[in-house]
Amino acid sequence: MNRASAAQAVIADDMISTAEIDINGTAAICDPIGALYLPDSRTLVVSDLHLETGAAYARRGMLLPPYDTGLTLKLLQVALDRYRPACVVSLGDSFHDRHGAGALPGESLAQIGSMMRGRDWYWIAGNHDPDHPAGLAGDCVNALLFDGLCFRHEPLGGTADTAGEVAGHLHPAARVVRRGKGVRRPCFASDGLRLIMPAFGVTTGGLNLRNAAFQGLFHKSQLTAHLLGRERIYSVPFDRLIA
Amino acid sequence: MNNDSADIGENAGSSLPEPFSGWFSGRGWEPRPHQLALLQKAQSGLSSLLIAPTGAGKTLAGFLPSLIDITLKEEKRRPGAARSSARRGIHTLYVSPLKALAIDIERNLANPVADMALPVRIETRTGDTPSSKRQRQKRDPPDILLTTPEQIALLIASREAGLLFGDLKFVIFDELHSLVTSKRGHLLSLGLARLRRHSPGLRTIGLSATVAEPEALQAWLMPQVAQDAPVLAERIVIAGGAKPEITILRTDERVPWSGHSARYAMADVYQAIREHQTTLLFVNTRSQAELLFRELWRINEDDLPIALHHGSLDASQRRKVEAAMAGNKLRAVVATSTLDLGIDWGDVDLVVHVGAPKGASRLAQRIGRSNHRMDEPSRAILVPANRFEVMECQAALDANYLGAQDTPPVGDGTYDVLAQHILGMACAEPFTADALFTEVTTAEPYRSLGRDQFDRVLDFVATGGYALKTYDRYARIRVTKDGTWRVSNPRIAQQYRLNIGTIIEAPELKIRLTKHSGRGVNVRGGPVLGKIEESFVEMMSPGDTFLFAGRVLRFEGIRENECIVSKGGTGSPKIPAYAGGKFPLSTYLADQVRSMLADPGSWQALPDQVREWLEIQRRKSVLPKQGELLIETFPNADRFYMMMYPFEGRLAHQTLGMLLTRRLERARARPLGFVATDYAMSVWGLRDMGLMIERGELSLAELFDEDMLGDDLEAWLAESWMLKRTFRNCAMIAGLIERRYPGQEKTGRQITVSADLIYDVLRSHEPDHILLQATRTDAAAGLLDIRRLADMLSRIKGRIILNRLDQISPLAVPVMLEIGKEPVSGEAHDDILAEAADEIIAEAMG
Repeated sequence: MNRASAAQAVIADDMISTAEIDINGTAAICDPIGALYLPDSRTLVVSDLHLETGAAYARRGMLLPPYDTGLTLKLLQVALDRYRPACVVSLGDSFHDRHGAGALPGESLAQIGSMMRGRDWYWIAGNHDPDHPAGLAGDCVNALLFDGLCFRHEPLGGTADTAGEVAGHLHPAARVVRRGKGVRRPCFASDGLRLIMPAFGVTTGGLNLRNAAFQGLFHKSQLTAHLLGRERIYSVPFDRLIA
Repeated sequence: MNNDSADIGENAGSSLPEPFSGWFSGRGWEPRPHQLALLQKAQSGLSSLLIAPTGAGKTLAGFLPSLIDITLKEEKRRPGAARSSARRGIHTLYVSPLKALAIDIERNLANPVADMALPVRIETRTGDTPSSKRQRQKRDPPDILLTTPEQIALLIASREAGLLFGDLKFVIFDELHSLVTSKRGHLLSLGLARLRRHSPGLRTIGLSATVAEPEALQAWLMPQVAQDAPVLAERIVIAGGAKPEITILRTDERVPWSGHSARYAMADVYQAIREHQTTLLFVNTRSQAELLFRELWRINEDDLPIALHHGSLDASQRRKVEAAMAGNKLRAVVATSTLDLGIDWGDVDLVVHVGAPKGASRLAQRIGRSNHRMDEPSRAILVPANRFEVMECQAALDANYLGAQDTPPVGDGTYDVLAQHILGMACAEPFTADALFTEVTTAEPYRSLGRDQFDRVLDFVATGGYALKTYDRYARIRVTKDGTWRVSNPRIAQQYRLNIGTIIEAPELKIRLTKHSGRGVNVRGGPVLGKIEESFVEMMSPGDTFLFAGRVLRFEGIRENECIVSKGGTGSPKIPAYAGGKFPLSTYLADQVRSMLADPGSWQALPDQVREWLEIQRRKSVLPKQGELLIETFPNADRFYMMMYPFEGRLAHQTLGMLLTRRLERARARPLGFVATDYAMSVWGLRDMGLMIERGELSLAELFDEDMLGDDLEAWLAESWMLKRTFRNCAMIAGLIERRYPGQEKTGRQITVSADLIYDVLRSHEPDHILLQATRTDAAAGLLDIRRLADMLSRIKGRIILNRLDQISPLAVPVMLEIGKEPVSGEAHDDILAEAADEIIAEAMG
């Protein structure tokens, strides 16, 4: 199962089983669609949408199918309909490159516009899209503090002073092996103090949680991967994961 | 000369000019008739296919017309003077399927050229050639360039192509039978069409081993006209030399029921090595090579120099082995197909082939390695790894004596290769669609390409070929005012060059050996041992041990694109590698094995234990007659099994298994799974399928009706992972997904946009996209082997025999032992497998 097929066969809300976790004292819900919901502040967090990936590649000569934005937005719409948040935080790399927003086809532009209507919307600056997305409303910030949490794109190194950080950028994925068969899925990664979001965009790949890039970011004994299943979240302790 | 072909005239020795004639006679040699015949045809402007066994002086024959032509021209220009300094293009291109072969040929040509002081410059150009030398070769090309198909694609896509190839006189294709098959051959055929446009008078010379359908190769060498009858090159055939002496290993050991390791035969193989000067040991896969190498060294009491050679090893290590081989310093080399084909190194007097040879022509090729003098017989020993392989080896042996060869057909040119070529042509110079279409259809594989399909591929190259036209502004190639297509910007050409070729390798990691065991990946330095597939590495956890480069290595972890290992001691490795054969049983051999099974008279040639096995099968069950399909059903443990023996190769059996389980599912037979080998296929489930058939609840005729290749196939294909893998290859060849970006080497995993995903998106949004069409065609011919399955279904119609048994039959044992084999297993797991195996065997034979 990948993000694209998830977008094509969306599961009804009442079939969904989420994981309720606690990030540095704040309650949060991990949804198998790849979004985080904070009930206290009615905030929906998504990360690494990588909209207009196809177009970004096309600009460089690789003519990938031009349908990824439509699929990612379809998934986002499902999440919005499910939680009806008052506030949305897009945690950076919302667009695959800095030309993405400006060259957005009219239809997608209108769709994003209607999603944003009537709610607060924050574009956190990412490494792919450091500037305010051209032609779109919402606030563009480097980091955002509220609800006892700190939202930024790239996680800070180490574990000191990072309690309450919610970040993206790394596209965590986890792998489990049973009876000789391996399954690899995107995941939320959290040790209870900080959380790293799975990538939401349909074109995104994943980086294994055991990769060196995650070195030192978590208290490993407390680290749990919440893997995205089709209908539910599978929570697996870090020491049961395979590189 | 004892190998004259009938149609070659005698006494043609006088037709060689000096210094060639003197060089031959100075050695007490005479030019061979086929060498003269080829020369004569070349001199009268004809292209030729030369079919000859290894050791017949094929290579020199191929180069003689060029060497003579260059020498005579040079003398005319400035009598007695050295090579003129005037700029000129390449005179002769030599194309070989292997880098190593090109380098080998350079070595072999160097002597005669030096002896005769010919004014000829010969150079190689491969992927390993330093870029400074490649640049220089474009400015100042040699007379004869020895190269590979990928380099041809690169050169014709460069702006200098016209200058390089404007004077081209000859193109020599070595081992043509292995060059033309597959997509690599399709790309090369398009390259030849382009070379011909640069130099319309060029002549081609194809060198080939004996093949079943030489006309296909003769047509490949010539420009074709779409609707006309095939235009054929001339054909020169040299009859085979001394017949090879091939035997199947006779052993007192027990031949195993299943598996691929042939461990049982090690002592006998070692003894054979001791009795010969130099032995080449061939296997089908890298992991088999590793295993064999290790087993031999385990019993190498005399410390004989035995080396290992396979494609995953580091190039410098391979060069070392090749040099030692050429210097006759080795007693044996364990090798995979990297040492295949007619490479001439040292005096090999014995070839040992471990495992089934799978295709008769592969066997012929490999045996040809031993003893390169044509008039002495080659010696070869076949070592079957299990009992079915004994029969297959016997069949291959018969085939070799009969001279039967099965080379895969050239096949219709694929769209993904065409897409790559079109972009390359735009990189070289502007073209009009009409002219390029005409040029492309002169290539044999593309002769029946329709203009509408060509235009769709062209559209794909330009903007991706999507119904949603959002990429016009990002087009890679555009039509300009004068009606020609051009690349949009130079970066496109740069990217094209990095991604050329049709050989898609599995993503690989470098293996680096560190001295620090147990310290994980945070260590520096250490030599690179070679490369290993990422999928293999992914199975391992730190601390696991595996075999590579002949030693046990301990896996430490992955750092960037490197797999860090340390020495793993001398114990047995924990992770056994997949050891199956890479190539499915060929149609021809399958036929031979089936007829052997049907004819007890032919069992005399088989070893006692195999004959005994077949005897018991005849007593306990039944043996299918030629042309019949035997189906056995029996219970085992708490499952019911349906076993069938089509002998159509693993791929066709896998497809059959997939489709059959769908049908059984619908018939409520509750199938649970299936396993396929090269020889047989077994489905198991919760209901007694034999009983269901007897009661008429299940119809064999309906179950195996050819209509399973209709809707069932379509439905299954839609969700098949095999199609996704095929799509990935097509997408990479067509340039939809790039393997490399400038200045950015990535491993497979890091390609952020996965091919799977693109496949899913395309399938839901544009099911008729040109790349999906290419994928389906590919899968049908390749991974799924549908053509073969279709032939089988029509062959067995009305000839299916059902035999209901109370227990497993002897013939079924090897297949049953394949069930439940998982790649990762510890010691205890092995014990359980062994226990289960023993029970099954006892039950069948008791």
